[in-house]
Amino acid sequence: MASPEITPDDVAHLARLARIDIPADRLAYYAGQLEVILGSIAKVSEVAGDDVPATSHPQPLTNAFREDEPGQSLTAEQALSGAPSVEDSRFRVPRILDEEA
Amino acid sequence: MSELITKTAAELASAIASGAVSAVEVAQAHLDRIAEVDGRVHAFLHVDTEGALAAAKAVDSRRAAGERLGALAGVPLGLKDVMCMEGIPTTCGSKMLEGWRPPYDATVTRRLKDAGVVILGKTNMDEFAMGSSTEHSAYGPTRNPWDLERIPGGSGGGSSACLAAYEAPLAIGTDTGGSIRQPAAVTGTVGVKPTYGAVSRYGLIALASSLDQAGPCARNVLDTALLHSVIAGHDPHDSTSLTDAVPDVVAAAGTRDLTGMRIGVVKELGGEGYQAGVRQRFDEAVAALTSLGAEIVEVSCPHFDYALAAYYLILPSECSSNLAKFDGMRYGLRVGDDGESSVEQVMGRTRAAGFGEEVTRRIILGTYALSAGYYDAFYGSAQKIRTLIQRDFNDAFAKVDVLVSPTAPTTAFKLGEKLDDPLAMYLNDIATIPANLAGTPGMSIPIGLAPEDNLPVGLQIMAPARADERMYAVGGALEAALLAQWGAPILSKAVAL
Repeated sequence: MASPEITPDDVAHLARLARIDIPADRLAYYAGQLEVILGSIAKVSEVAGDDVPATSHPQPLTNAFREDEPGQSLTAEQALSGAPSVEDSRFRVPRILDEEA
Repeated sequence: MSELITKTAAELASAIASGAVSAVEVAQAHLDRIAEVDGRVHAFLHVDTEGALAAAKAVDSRRAAGERLGALAGVPLGLKDVMCMEGIPTTCGSKMLEGWRPPYDATVTRRLKDAGVVILGKTNMDEFAMGSSTEHSAYGPTRNPWDLERIPGGSGGGSSACLAAYEAPLAIGTDTGGSIRQPAAVTGTVGVKPTYGAVSRYGLIALASSLDQAGPCARNVLDTALLHSVIAGHDPHDSTSLTDAVPDVVAAAGTRDLTGMRIGVVKELGGEGYQAGVRQRFDEAVAALTSLGAEIVEVSCPHFDYALAAYYLILPSECSSNLAKFDGMRYGLRVGDDGESSVEQVMGRTRAAGFGEEVTRRIILGTYALSAGYYDAFYGSAQKIRTLIQRDFNDAFAKVDVLVSPTAPTTAFKLGEKLDDPLAMYLNDIATIPANLAGTPGMSIPIGLAPEDNLPVGLQIMAPARADERMYAVGGALEAALLAQWGAPILSKAVAL
């Protein structure tokens, strides 16, 4: 396929999806680089026909199950040991709902 | 400088087991070496002096009590900072995890501790293992002990440099597209990416889950095999962990004759774009393999030409998903939580502040490749190429036992040289990526210095999945032949630090 054009607005949209606040003055920089990278890898669509199956994983794996047995796991204290904010033995997070909600 | 630091891991283990030297003396000699040179090399992000000496002391006590020690008991090691170690700072080279101390050990870390290996500290790396030079570490680059103005490879540049600088005889790396093999090649050391699934990924901070594989790094093939034996084997904590018995790689490393071995030279890896001195040393190594009795066959793997392109769609796609967990909620950095802002705003600020440029670039690229409307053309096509590359390997291994190529297209380049040109940086992995896409094992061993710059060149040996021992056989035999020819290990030619 032809190499797609990437605009700073495209990068802003992708950054929103990825939850990264890329500063406005850096959008054009990333757009230029992304366009160059995509241009060089667009050839992937030239080679494989419809008859070639996709491979998502190097091993022919199906689900790997084990017995569901109680075992040792982290204590609440251990699990919270790296948390930026803790309240009542729980992770404290910023508000999830909008004001109007 | 203590002569203990130039010993091999096998020599140190045997000296410790016999009581000729204590594990504490060995650990102290390496800690002294780190104190002496690491200000210039910057292989380590964190040195655990207290923990290392305590682990060494425990080995000495066990020996004194008459316990039989493991094959690497008391031998020091540098652990790549991608691997969790309980209570020890683990940053993955990122500001996102600055100051974070994991509440648990990775399976690799646990197995090293159980084997009495003395973990000296955490080695530097490109942020979240994205890079080929270690320049993308948020804590500053590692320098190549052969020339401090040059890169030590990446992402595991700290692990390769600590070996080449005699700061440790063993190190752990992880290889998603070449991050063990390419650093080994440019520092004159040995690195192995085992078959996918051979070493547990539990506690390894994921980059691309279908490609990541941890493996052993050392200054020679036997030490690498000994370390491989310690860390490999089934782990119920990793659903992709192989259930096979670990192949006898230590015995294979003792191979000295390659009669009957068929070795394929991959036509697509080694022509245009490869440095003249790299090609010259590669051709000489192939001639040496013939002298050892191997039969050399040229093999074509036509779809390898598309491996890099497929990789730079699959890897960003997987990493954009894997790195979504760094959201500032449960661990690591949180920025801009002012009591007013929403969780999404805090995530956006945290991730902008915590991720460096290369990580941001790849997350955006992966988000694009997985977007509606582009998914089939990009990610879907890349997955089909993955199938074609696996078929190329299968066809090749129907004709030959192992494949060889140069590990990297060039010797170590200068710091800063490719930092602003992502595509040029990505080309470093052109010969190593096919094995990651197919899940097959690969090894790099040093085969001499390029005449034009006197810097190390690596030979890559690739084997079929679950036949890792074949690489150790070829690597062990070639290494012994080259050592006889050179009269001393390649690192003796490095400029003293």
